[in-house]
Amino acid sequence: MKNIRLTIDKITGNIFLIFTLLSTVTVLLIGVGLYYKSLPILQNSSLSSLLLSAEWKPFKSAFGFLSYIAGTLWVTAIAIIIALPVSLLTAIYLSEYAHAKVKRALLPPIDLLSGIPPVIYGVWGVLVIVPFVQEKLAVHFVEFSSGYSTLAGGIVLAIMIIPLIISILLEVFNTVPDGLREASLSVGATKWETIKYVLLKKSRPGIIAAVVLAISRAFGETIAVLMVCGNIPEIPHSIFDSCYPLPALIANNYGEMLSVPMYESALMLAAFILFIIIFLFNAISRIILYRLEKNNG
Amino acid sequence: MKRKLEEQFFKALMILSTLSISAVLVMIIWTITSRGASSLTWDIVSKVPEGGFYIGKGGGILNAIIGSIYITIGATLLGLMVSIPVVLYINVYAKKNAWLATTTRLAADILFGIPSIVYGAFGFTIMIYFGLKTSLLAGTITVTLLVIPILVRSMDEVMRLVPDDIGNAVYSLGGTRWESAKILIRQCVPGIITAILLSFGRAIGDAACVLFTAGYTDSIPTSLDQPTATLPLAIFFQLSSPIEEVQNRAYAAALILTIIVLLISFTAKYFSKKLSKNKI
Amino acid sequence: MTTEKPHISVKNLNVHIDGNHILKNISIDIPDKKITSFIGPSGCGKTTLLKTFNRLLDRQGNVEITGQVLVDGEDLYSPETEVTHLRKKMGLLSQRPFPLPMNIYDNVAYGAKIHGQRNKKELDKIVEHYLRGVSLWDEVKDRLKEPATRLSIGQQQRLCLARGLAVEPEIILGDEPTSALDPISTQHIEELFLQLKDKYTLVLVTHILRQARRVSDYIAFIYMGEIIEFGTTEEVLLNPKEKLTKDYVKGYIS
Repeated sequence: MKNIRLTIDKITGNIFLIFTLLSTVTVLLIGVGLYYKSLPILQNSSLSSLLLSAEWKPFKSAFGFLSYIAGTLWVTAIAIIIALPVSLLTAIYLSEYAHAKVKRALLPPIDLLSGIPPVIYGVWGVLVIVPFVQEKLAVHFVEFSSGYSTLAGGIVLAIMIIPLIISILLEVFNTVPDGLREASLSVGATKWETIKYVLLKKSRPGIIAAVVLAISRAFGETIAVLMVCGNIPEIPHSIFDSCYPLPALIANNYGEMLSVPMYESALMLAAFILFIIIFLFNAISRIILYRLEKNNG
Repeated sequence: MKRKLEEQFFKALMILSTLSISAVLVMIIWTITSRGASSLTWDIVSKVPEGGFYIGKGGGILNAIIGSIYITIGATLLGLMVSIPVVLYINVYAKKNAWLATTTRLAADILFGIPSIVYGAFGFTIMIYFGLKTSLLAGTITVTLLVIPILVRSMDEVMRLVPDDIGNAVYSLGGTRWESAKILIRQCVPGIITAILLSFGRAIGDAACVLFTAGYTDSIPTSLDQPTATLPLAIFFQLSSPIEEVQNRAYAAALILTIIVLLISFTAKYFSKKLSKNKI
Repeated sequence: MTTEKPHISVKNLNVHIDGNHILKNISIDIPDKKITSFIGPSGCGKTTLLKTFNRLLDRQGNVEITGQVLVDGEDLYSPETEVTHLRKKMGLLSQRPFPLPMNIYDNVAYGAKIHGQRNKKELDKIVEHYLRGVSLWDEVKDRLKEPATRLSIGQQQRLCLARGLAVEPEIILGDEPTSALDPISTQHIEELFLQLKDKYTLVLVTHILRQARRVSDYIAFIYMGEIIEFGTTEEVLLNPKEKLTKDYVKGYIS
């Protein structure tokens, strides 16, 4: 009888091990797969010409990614500029000032925001944000804007990443021991001074990790941004200009992929670039967060 | 006094931030509901597109709803088949803090952060490699890849909270790791359900994964190698139509998707409350 | 009781936390410029009582406080009291040292800076003075800009004491301040307490009867949220009047 149990134990152990190894290796598989598919275009043109040229004419075999990279950078930057202060302020409020009941009441809505599908954010963006940008904001600054702009993309993205930043910040603030806050208060510091000089300082690695993760999420968000950014492949000169971020490039053109040589490879290269950047950002950020967790037991 | 003023100022900003975020949530739901409710007819959820659907004539998006459900359930099932062995391995079979456990967790975290468009591109690659066409199968596989890290992370989080004593009790009775694993699963059922719901919510709402891999069609798929419509894509495609009737249907579809996701969220919260009494 | 002039005067203090009656009708006078220790079994309210003195208890949710805590005649809990000002008067030394996330110099200067002192020379003087006061100066004078977390636990605790003293409190509150320290560091801190007695009133919570014996002038035995007995060290430890006190200190006398 015991033999069977032991055998089952061993078999399950081995099967599970295989699955585990496979999962771990999947990360590499994705990277390798995408790289392999990008090879044709990499062999054709130099990496710098691909990244630094803004000329994107697939039918002429010109694949310059610059406008798309610029689009991604603009949209992400706007998103972070909006999201960081809002998330920080809200997280500090929920963690340090709010009554327990208030916190309990407000956390679910914030969680809920993170569960809304990107396409819904896109619809809302088109219905609310784009007209807002066109009618209420752009009029003060430029002659004409369709509203489909980097600003619209940035705003929608910001709202999408805010719940992520808040949830990480709350966890990070939680690891700061109460005794530390008390130590500051007991020399007569105010709550706010304690936050400024003690809490935020102690939490700095965690805050950085949260921002890095948020950036990587913003880089990769496709649908929502695609629906509001205008999809015009030019380097934006202002936040009211349309743009064309990298993920949108891939999403919009997959249909054409097989029509022109190198097109598929170019799009795969775009995916590979995204993959590498996001991989790095995630890895760095997670390692920082692991270390934090370890140091605080 | 200056110190007090500074604190009041920032406190006001904080409250403003917090309220704004809640206001945005309300606004999003309100916008979708108000635009979509008027176009939400029984036809929309019960019929597939009839001829001329895309220029405003009759029919519904049942094809997309069913397609999404097929893909979501399929992906979650496949995902569970892979992720449960993985979490069991790192929590029961591997030695504490083994190198493999830490690396797997890091890998899962990284995979969690990879955007769905990259999964879509990778899924497309696999599809071509194995000679599949855009189909229910290809779409399901791609979404499975998306969902596995979500399942692994959520279940792992719950399992790590279970104290070692329970496993030790099994071992000291002469039990095997497999038997301890079964106890662990029983212990974590609410957490597993929450994880499944979380993955449902993500899978059903994702467009970028299925964009290249599932295709789009007006009929409900009857076999794995047929292409299928999905709810997010139904919304996306119809929204870009110049015809107002079609756009309105997009809003109705958006409302349907939102309702589904909210339902899933609330259910998940209900289960997760059952789990964690002392958090917050 | 005592004929000394009270620095802190507690009258009919009742504290409820989460509906539990933690401190029951506490009335006690803490004498000026003496060391008073609270002794008693764990969880009986010693630390809670201490935390009512600098109103750190306010920070916990669900707390109801009635009664008066008077310092030099002023009620701490009156609505006009300015909490940060009050806390400055009371230094706190916790069970575990909590160096602030900054270097040694900034730790000691923190309180002064918060309260408006910006002059670098003044701050230098303050830092040196208080580090000398806790016998830490010689050990750290060459590495003032190093992170405070690099110090040993005993040094950290002395640093926290210096930090608390640097805002010139009148009263020092110690919550089992040596429980995390080794015997030598403990001895250091106890010696410091005896020196500080000249200028400050000290209130200590301690588990260690011998420490109470070594250091205190007065002892209050607290059990189940009530003050069972209060008197000089000799009275309470060697000649306890109450049976409960007798039972508790029995272990000590043997």
